[in-house]
Amino acid sequence: MSNSNPSGDSGDTAWQEYLTGGSRGAHGQSAGHQADPSASASTSSGEPEGPSAPRRVIGTPSPATSRTMLPQAGHHGPQRPPRELPPGPEDPIKAKKAERIVATLFILAFLAGLGFIASYEIFGAGSLTKVLRSNLALGGTLSLSLLALAAGATIWVRNVMPTVELTEQRHLLASDPKDKEEFKETWEEGTDASQFVKRPILRRTLIAATIPLGVAPIILLRDTGPLPGKSLEHTVWRNGLRLLVYGTNRPITPAEFASPGSIISVVPEGFQNDDDALAKAATVIIKFRPGQMVFTTENHPVPNKVVENWTVENIVAYSKICTHVGCPAALYEQTTHHILCPCHQSTFDAAQGARVLFGPATRPLPQLPIGVDSQGFLIATGDFPVPVGPSYWERS
Amino acid sequence: MSWITARRRHPAAGIAIIALVLLLMGAGYAVVTNGGTATAAPPAASNAAQIAQGRSLFEESCSSCHGNFAQGTSQAPTLIGVGAAAVDFQVSTGRMPGQEQTAENVRGPAHFSQAQIAALAAYIQSIGGGPPVPSAAQVNPAAGSYGPGQQLFVANCAACHNFVGAGGALTYGKSAPALTASTPRQIYEAMLTGPEAMPVFNDLTITPQEKRNIIAYVTQVRSQSNPGGFSLGRVGPVTEGLVAFLGLLLFLVLAALWITAKHGKAHE
Amino acid sequence: MSIDRALAGTGTWLDDRLHGARGFRWLLRKVFPDHWSFLLGEVVLYSFIILLLTGTLLTFWFQPSMTSVIYHGSYVPLRGVRMSEAYASTLNISFDVRGGLLIRQIHHWAADLFMAGIFAHMIRIFFTGAYRKPREINWLIGITLLTLGLFEGLFGYSLPDDLLSGAGLRILEGVTQSFPIVGTYLAYFLFGGPFPGHVIIPRLYIIHVLLVPALLLALITAHLFLMFYQKHTQMPGKGRTNQNVVGAPAFPYFAAKTGAFFFFVFAVLTIAATFVQINPIWLYGPYNPVAMSAGSQPDFYMGVLEGALRVMPAWQWVFFGHTFAFNVFVPALLPLGIVFGGAALWPFLEQWITGDKREHHLNDRPRNAPTRTAIGISVITFYGILWAEGANDIIAVHLDIPLYWTTWGARVGIFVGPAIAYWLTKRICLGLQRKDNHLIEHGVESGIIRQMPGGEFIEETRPVDDDKLAVLLSRAQVPALPSAETGKPEVPPSGMRGGLGRVRERWYKVLTEAAPLPTPHNGHGDGHGNGHAVEGNGHDRPAIGSGTSAHDEDQH
Repeated sequence: MSNSNPSGDSGDTAWQEYLTGGSRGAHGQSAGHQADPSASASTSSGEPEGPSAPRRVIGTPSPATSRTMLPQAGHHGPQRPPRELPPGPEDPIKAKKAERIVATLFILAFLAGLGFIASYEIFGAGSLTKVLRSNLALGGTLSLSLLALAAGATIWVRNVMPTVELTEQRHLLASDPKDKEEFKETWEEGTDASQFVKRPILRRTLIAATIPLGVAPIILLRDTGPLPGKSLEHTVWRNGLRLLVYGTNRPITPAEFASPGSIISVVPEGFQNDDDALAKAATVIIKFRPGQMVFTTENHPVPNKVVENWTVENIVAYSKICTHVGCPAALYEQTTHHILCPCHQSTFDAAQGARVLFGPATRPLPQLPIGVDSQGFLIATGDFPVPVGPSYWERS
Repeated sequence: MSWITARRRHPAAGIAIIALVLLLMGAGYAVVTNGGTATAAPPAASNAAQIAQGRSLFEESCSSCHGNFAQGTSQAPTLIGVGAAAVDFQVSTGRMPGQEQTAENVRGPAHFSQAQIAALAAYIQSIGGGPPVPSAAQVNPAAGSYGPGQQLFVANCAACHNFVGAGGALTYGKSAPALTASTPRQIYEAMLTGPEAMPVFNDLTITPQEKRNIIAYVTQVRSQSNPGGFSLGRVGPVTEGLVAFLGLLLFLVLAALWITAKHGKAHE
Repeated sequence: MSIDRALAGTGTWLDDRLHGARGFRWLLRKVFPDHWSFLLGEVVLYSFIILLLTGTLLTFWFQPSMTSVIYHGSYVPLRGVRMSEAYASTLNISFDVRGGLLIRQIHHWAADLFMAGIFAHMIRIFFTGAYRKPREINWLIGITLLTLGLFEGLFGYSLPDDLLSGAGLRILEGVTQSFPIVGTYLAYFLFGGPFPGHVIIPRLYIIHVLLVPALLLALITAHLFLMFYQKHTQMPGKGRTNQNVVGAPAFPYFAAKTGAFFFFVFAVLTIAATFVQINPIWLYGPYNPVAMSAGSQPDFYMGVLEGALRVMPAWQWVFFGHTFAFNVFVPALLPLGIVFGGAALWPFLEQWITGDKREHHLNDRPRNAPTRTAIGISVITFYGILWAEGANDIIAVHLDIPLYWTTWGARVGIFVGPAIAYWLTKRICLGLQRKDNHLIEHGVESGIIRQMPGGEFIEETRPVDDDKLAVLLSRAQVPALPSAETGKPEVPPSGMRGGLGRVRERWYKVLTEAAPLPTPHNGHGDGHGNGHAVEGNGHDRPAIGSGTSAHDEDQH
């Protein structure tokens, strides 16, 4: 492939030609992977006009470590290489001014740093206002100190140090074919000596020996948790468990929960502090006006309908756990009777069996069958008919 | 000719008719207002003058949408039974009189003075009953506890109003407003009456003490200082991310430009 | 002078044992090119160092435990409230440890800046083509660092066990659960049982403070070493070729500049931690599974996943008693899978299409690779729309846009947006290339008007100065595909045969589409052209200087 130049951009030379009108001369790539020979000389006439800062070409390693630069005869040896960085700035007056600015900034940083240490002692923690002041003091002094250091260092580099531009040659990353050949030979000598390739019984039994050890750490992870089994299919709700208002832990009667358009979060009695149970058992009850809900008289869920037998005086209970990915969904719009989950905006119609109206949830919120006990409090009359919460593989 | 027809031109006939109509109206009125469920007597027992003022204000500003007898029209719901609390809430937050038919009415400056609002409230209470305006003691945040209030708030309120009551989105262009300007009484009334899309939390579901806890939480958290600095609206990681990109990264790009800038004279 | 002697003594002592003189001299004199965009990687590096420092301090006070305690600390409003030890210890750090809130906030801001910096750095690498040979390994390491960073941040901000991050963990559990076949097992193993369990916080803790930082440290070290060893790329300019590096030596210049930048990064983070509150967990309250807030979002770098979950329609498939919950695992895996997977494959895809096996050490100007730039912008558009959708409820409420419209807008936008962005960007790049051509051929307008003897007015131009000209001319010539090279057109070479070969050829044309190269002109443009031709593709141009290249239509 004539254009697969491994080490450079052939466009470079073309552009050079363009620049000077095409008479660049012997500027093409030399054979193999040498870099441009004229560019490796320190002050070659081939270099374009430089800026006012001195420009030198560096990077002439000894022949032993690099094949990329043609070694300059006599250039490398016991004599000291010529100085490449100027010892001081070009404009000493400007540099002195800059030095003063930098020094001021560093002194400021020093004082601010002391201020930080002092603030630590002066401003304590222990209350909202104290922490506010302490944060301002500690943070303010630290910010100032760091910023002053940063600004000072920048001005130092830009205005106090002499401006310098150096050029370093790259070397081709691919190795010399000779080196690659030597590597290959050494490797093959090694594999031959090891007998790994020649003795398949050794090889195969070694591989077999390491497989169980490789799998062992994964096996050890088995007890990180129990198998799900059927636990995702049930919650703790049972017939007779009272509905307690979450946060107050009081049971509630239909007479109390009598205002149409009401919603409240409820939890099963006995499990108020059990987060594992609540994560699936959290429920909401909603009070409707008569005639608002679309009922079915079946004793099991029917799509888009509320099971009438599972309601009490137009109070219906739904799982609070969104069927999308499990956020508690309790944003309720009284006027539209929509339950909106604030996480990803799945919307459920509470009057029609919590069917999905919008959003990524695919299943309606399960309805909890409720009734009243002998003292008039709302109770569950069974568990949810289907698993609550997000879908999973084993859910049918 | 019947007996009553024969006396139709009697001088006392007019008086008798008026007396009869008044009697019937009074009786009917008593029947209609019997459904009131006020648990506490309304403050400054609504006297007739206040009710009369309320009625005239109502007829001026509210009846065009709510109907001459507050029975509701296609444009606005009935106000029978909403109670003084609802009126006080809606009018004192400037939501009512509703200016335009938008997705929802938003808080604004009140269009009536406190006395006028009280009059309107008394009038609506008198014709339909409903929850009365809560007393100052009932809504006093000092009588509530932040911790239990927060627990109730995040379980029932934050889904619409956000953790600290900074507001949130609802469907179809509605939104749950920020609670930064709500007075304790307005918060109580809103829970009690469920304005617009907000659900109802009556006093038997969330007791007055529990409501005070919630009010304590809302009023204290919004006035709480931000020890970490400017709060970015307490909206959460969205604004923090914007600051990281548009503030921090931008500043560092500027710093990088400074550090690597070429000097004017060193290069053309 | 005694400092010199001390340094010399130490240096000799070390050298006697490490043979370091030559190697360290190489390091001292190593040349680093200078461009502001090269410091974006340093933003990430220094944020990481600050994360390590502040994170270590935080571990001295944080308790990674879900045991329930009653709070009795200094934050009065929550006294007497039941919460996990993790949450209580975070309150302790914020309100009872002096400087604790500052350290916490620096740590969290640094995490945000780390991720923001990675995005900015990655975008710079992509648009300048710095991922090309020999830097593909570093590109892949970078994508791995990005992915690790995502998880590190997610696990980190979940440690305090507050309401916001706990909701995020619930979503993590729901997403894990939805994976076909293995989902419920993975979820139960991760959480040690049903959600929330008692072990997730301690487990995330050890992943967050030990496992992932170790991986990050190792990969960052490898990343930096490769960059050192292969030498940094450089921007095109005068005197800069593909075979050299032009800049200032590491010692003292680069060391000083990078040191200054470290302090800038640290300063910016401290300023933010002082004046801008971040993650105020005391306002969110302790996690409980019954509560939820409006406007719940993860930290911004997770926003794409959040947006994907919101945008997805309700698709699932129940098949023989099993549920394929497409509505959950598709948004969780597909968008980022496309973006990160595509990014990982891109250098190799580009190399295969163009057949360009050369080393590249000169950065491309984005306009000189119009298709690549257009693809990059369209991916950013796709990513950005999903990101914005992740905040859709906040956008809806603050910009007064109905909620569902935002979702519908995003559903359409993720397809339409990238297409428009691709087309628009490409046209802009081609236009910029033509503008460059104009400058090269005609020079810069000088503003001097002259009247010719015949009465005609012309504006004098002067040639572009050398520095700028070098940049303008830095357009690399793309090698032609092998098909043109074999000399036996009836037998295509192996890389170009069959259906795959035809695909490759077609993609080659698209990928190398560019404005034609400028015709060579010496001196001050006189505004006349060499004839007209239809604008073609880069690969069938004759060589420069042949005098027969076609010229662009618009001359003036």
